[in-house]
Amino acid sequence: MINGLLGKKIGMSQVFAADGQRIPVTVLEVGPCTVLQKKTVETDGYEAVQIGFAEKAAQRVTKPTMGHFKKAGKGAFSYVREFRATGDDSAVGDVISCTMFKPGDRIDVSGTSKGKGFQGVMKRWGFAGGRASHGSMFKRRPGAIGQSAWPSKVIKGKKMPGQMGNVRVTTQNLIVVDVRPEQNLVLVRGAVPGPKNGLLEIRKGIKA
Amino acid sequence: MNIIDKLEMEQMKKDIPRFKAGDTLKVHVKITEGDKQRIQVFQGVCIKRVNSGLGSSYTVRKISGNIGVERIFPLHSPSIDKIEVLRVGQVRRAKLYYLRNLRGKAARISEKRMA
Repeated sequence: MINGLLGKKIGMSQVFAADGQRIPVTVLEVGPCTVLQKKTVETDGYEAVQIGFAEKAAQRVTKPTMGHFKKAGKGAFSYVREFRATGDDSAVGDVISCTMFKPGDRIDVSGTSKGKGFQGVMKRWGFAGGRASHGSMFKRRPGAIGQSAWPSKVIKGKKMPGQMGNVRVTTQNLIVVDVRPEQNLVLVRGAVPGPKNGLLEIRKGIKA
Repeated sequence: MNIIDKLEMEQMKKDIPRFKAGDTLKVHVKITEGDKQRIQVFQGVCIKRVNSGLGSSYTVRKISGNIGVERIFPLHSPSIDKIEVLRVGQVRRAKLYYLRNLRGKAARISEKRMA
């Protein structure tokens, strides 16, 4: 079985549980994904399945890539990714849908987080900063970043200003609330990384 | 229509009576104890309504044993059996927070006169 699928984030909403509790959910469009290539231990040294997601116009694809897509014969795709699979019985050209997830499953979702640009230490690391008024000359600064003669350098990994967001983030152990195969929707409890319409990798939870 | 709107539309109740802040309501709440289900009634004045699609809610205030009690109900919650509007109040505010500082006679709301 393949251990994950590609999808995109639609947005957040809520659903009511049977007892009237409101559950915050993120709506994900998961699949359908087409199997493009099978990687096996004999040929590649490991077992995996390469899948394509989100259709793309054929004239937008270069000829070599189109040649690869033609083996599956299901048109061209915007996104191509590989997922680990053990004992997988799918063939090239097969379509995998979101029915591989069931309500109550634990899943991991990876995506690229929203970019926040170059940020200071208060936003990026939650530093307290200094006093804002009364002649303060220390408003949003980080303070001391190390000692003097020894070690005479700034230690590696010191929290400093810099690029925030726009990195790959994985949220683990999200609970699947609902699966709607006719619309390719999966509702998961809680938030997932990235903006709306952002590409996501939805995998079976490794901690499940 | 976008996917989220459609999803929320499915869960919305269609049989909610018209009411607004100032109205006296009787809210029938389903309570599950073990495997038994019963209905509990919460009666009081609606002091606020929040209109926000599926997230809509309203607050009902009553005086219980000389202590003010407010409960916030989600408008579309499946645990609400029904809402009864007992009295339509005449008020000049959308949010009746001022009732929290008033007691007894002063906290009355006059009934809306129907033309």
